[in-house]
Amino acid sequence: MAVVSSTNSTVMNNVEAVRATLYEAMKNDERTVILGEDVGARGNVFLITKDFIGEFGERRVIDTPIAEASIVGIAVGMAMEGLRPIAEIQFADFIYPSFNQIVGEAAKIRYRSNGEYTCPLVIRTPYGGGVRGALSHSVSIEALFYHVPGLKIVAPAFPDDVKGLLNAAIDDPDPVLFLEHKKTYRLIKGEVPDGHYTIPLGKANIRKAGTQLTVVSYGLYLHWALEAAERLAQEGLSVEVLDLRSIRPMDKTAILNSVEKTRKLLIVHEDNKFGGIGAEISAMVAEEALFSLDAPIRRLCGPDVPSMGYALPLEEEFMSSPAEMADAMRAMVKF
Amino acid sequence: MKTKPRLTDEQLIAIFRTMLMQRTLENRGFQLNRQGKIPFASASEGHEAVQAGAAMAFERGKDILVPYYRDLGLALGIGLTPYEVLLSLFARAADHSAGRQFPHHYASRRLGLHTISSIIAAQLPHAVGAAFALQYRGEAGRAVLTTFGDGATSEGEWHESVNFAAVHKLPIVFLCENNEWAISTPLARQMGQPDVYKRAEGYGLPGAAVDGMDPIACYEAVDEAMRRARSGGGPSLVEAKCYRFLSHTTDDDDRTYRSPDEVKARRKDDPVPCFERLLAEYGVLNAEQAEALKRSVLEETNDATDRAEAMVYPDAADLYEKVYAEGWEPWIV
Ligand SMILES: Cc1ncc(C[n+]2csc(CCOP(=O)(O)OP(=O)(O)O)c2C)c(N)n1
Ligand SMILES: [Mg+2]
Repeated sequence: MAVVSSTNSTVMNNVEAVRATLYEAMKNDERTVILGEDVGARGNVFLITKDFIGEFGERRVIDTPIAEASIVGIAVGMAMEGLRPIAEIQFADFIYPSFNQIVGEAAKIRYRSNGEYTCPLVIRTPYGGGVRGALSHSVSIEALFYHVPGLKIVAPAFPDDVKGLLNAAIDDPDPVLFLEHKKTYRLIKGEVPDGHYTIPLGKANIRKAGTQLTVVSYGLYLHWALEAAERLAQEGLSVEVLDLRSIRPMDKTAILNSVEKTRKLLIVHEDNKFGGIGAEISAMVAEEALFSLDAPIRRLCGPDVPSMGYALPLEEEFMSSPAEMADAMRAMVKF
Repeated sequence: MKTKPRLTDEQLIAIFRTMLMQRTLENRGFQLNRQGKIPFASASEGHEAVQAGAAMAFERGKDILVPYYRDLGLALGIGLTPYEVLLSLFARAADHSAGRQFPHHYASRRLGLHTISSIIAAQLPHAVGAAFALQYRGEAGRAVLTTFGDGATSEGEWHESVNFAAVHKLPIVFLCENNEWAISTPLARQMGQPDVYKRAEGYGLPGAAVDGMDPIACYEAVDEAMRRARSGGGPSLVEAKCYRFLSHTTDDDDRTYRSPDEVKARRKDDPVPCFERLLAEYGVLNAEQAEALKRSVLEETNDATDRAEAMVYPDAADLYEKVYAEGWEPWIV
């Protein structure tokens, strides 16, 4: 339950922040429709849209057949003709049938019509592991999509960012893939300003300032990186933690500014390493700030295996931890 | 009273035992979940008749089964052991997936039981490919049985698979376990008319609906279709009308989207007690024999639970096994 802690902000967890923002969008703009599997009567499997169907009706909260290609494809058509669809893929692991519609269609509508048509579409989906989700309820999908020009990708970690970035995604004139780490849904709570506001896509945020190392992360691992950085602070080591928030566009300026200051870079993400988000950040920094570095760039990422497993030891082996992150940070600061 | 089917008494009892075992093992899954021993369980209560009946139409050692995640009874019916099921529930190293897969995602090369994901309808093209391989090698006398829920019939892969099988007259049976629900989505939100089997005509293959609460009717419908497939008669679509009595999984609460009264009303068709009564009427199984059967199923379940629980988890290092034939990225040193 949301608790009002002051006149101008409310404490919420990430699920409540998504719900409140969607509610506001539905309330404020009749063009907004929500479509996806079990979003209506059940109100989404995490109860994000609970009771929406009663208030906004079946024409605006659409329980779709199980068919992800058409969930996205139909949303594309709606967006091209003046609606503001918010499509939901129940779990990120189920997004693959809609790959064609996202990569081949949504991302190219503006370009191929030279701007005569646009695709203001939001695709929300819960992603990520650490929830005993095994092969088909744990995946991180950002790297599969961040190669695609024409698509924006957002992955907030905190409830205030969830609200501001989801509002920005809904307002955005282009397709946005909005990634919600499901383990943070109820775990992470924070103050969320009341009233309508947006946070621009493509702006990273220094969640903890520091001088000896830059750590770039997002999603669940951002929280663990912050925890690790706090531990190091107690040892007298100063780590700066940058929350990427948007994956594409990516805030190169913020990354470079931080690296110029700390002269060391560690990238931490749950998605596997090869060709991951860390690869692009490393390349960017190597191209533009190589001579500012006092240590090789390091990436602490998910292992390059097809999936985390269901058995606890397999999941734990896949997932990093604040302790492992602290070790990596310590080694880099001392390098 | 219905006329006694052409199945032998032995076969009828085997069907009933599979149904009992399915229910007992699923109850065990929920118990273990409540005890905090396993994080997840799901059940197929209401699907026992279609699965045990269909399994009886499957020729062990010849046919191939490409199931979905709600097919415990089918897996048991073609020979998966309760111990193997419990290894999957406990995610032990000795499980067929070495503890990688979600519960009820079995696989067994020995049984011709394909490995599946949780991804709806993703198994259908595999089933069609397997049927193509049988046809390609001229292996008459073998066929593929593939299953899926009503919700799965909305996916493109479902339509693409049925179409391809019809074009090539492949040896395959598409068995829909229509339980009227896909998590919270009722049939009326899934399709424009409630009969999956009617789509068969549009694709050019025979289609039939059957009472999914009647194991004998299910056996007969699937058996006829499998025989046709094995003898070069091409694919068929069989729709078994059943019902999902419980929530979708332990992570779901069906009271949020359907009335307990609806579920209660459907319980009168519960295939397990109904079939028990029928077997008594046929004089195949008296009350005493039925009790003995239930006791033996429970004992086997208890024994399998103890043995599986005592097994070890996979090692953390197993995460890196079986990524490629050569091992885990051996080219990166
Ligand atoms: C591609 C894909 N989309 C969505 C899901 C989530 N999901 C899991 S089960 C399910 C309902 C399936 O219903 P149905 O096919 O009728 O089978 P049932 O569970 O009723 O036996 C859904 C939507 C999934 N696993 N895969
Ligand atoms: Mg169903």
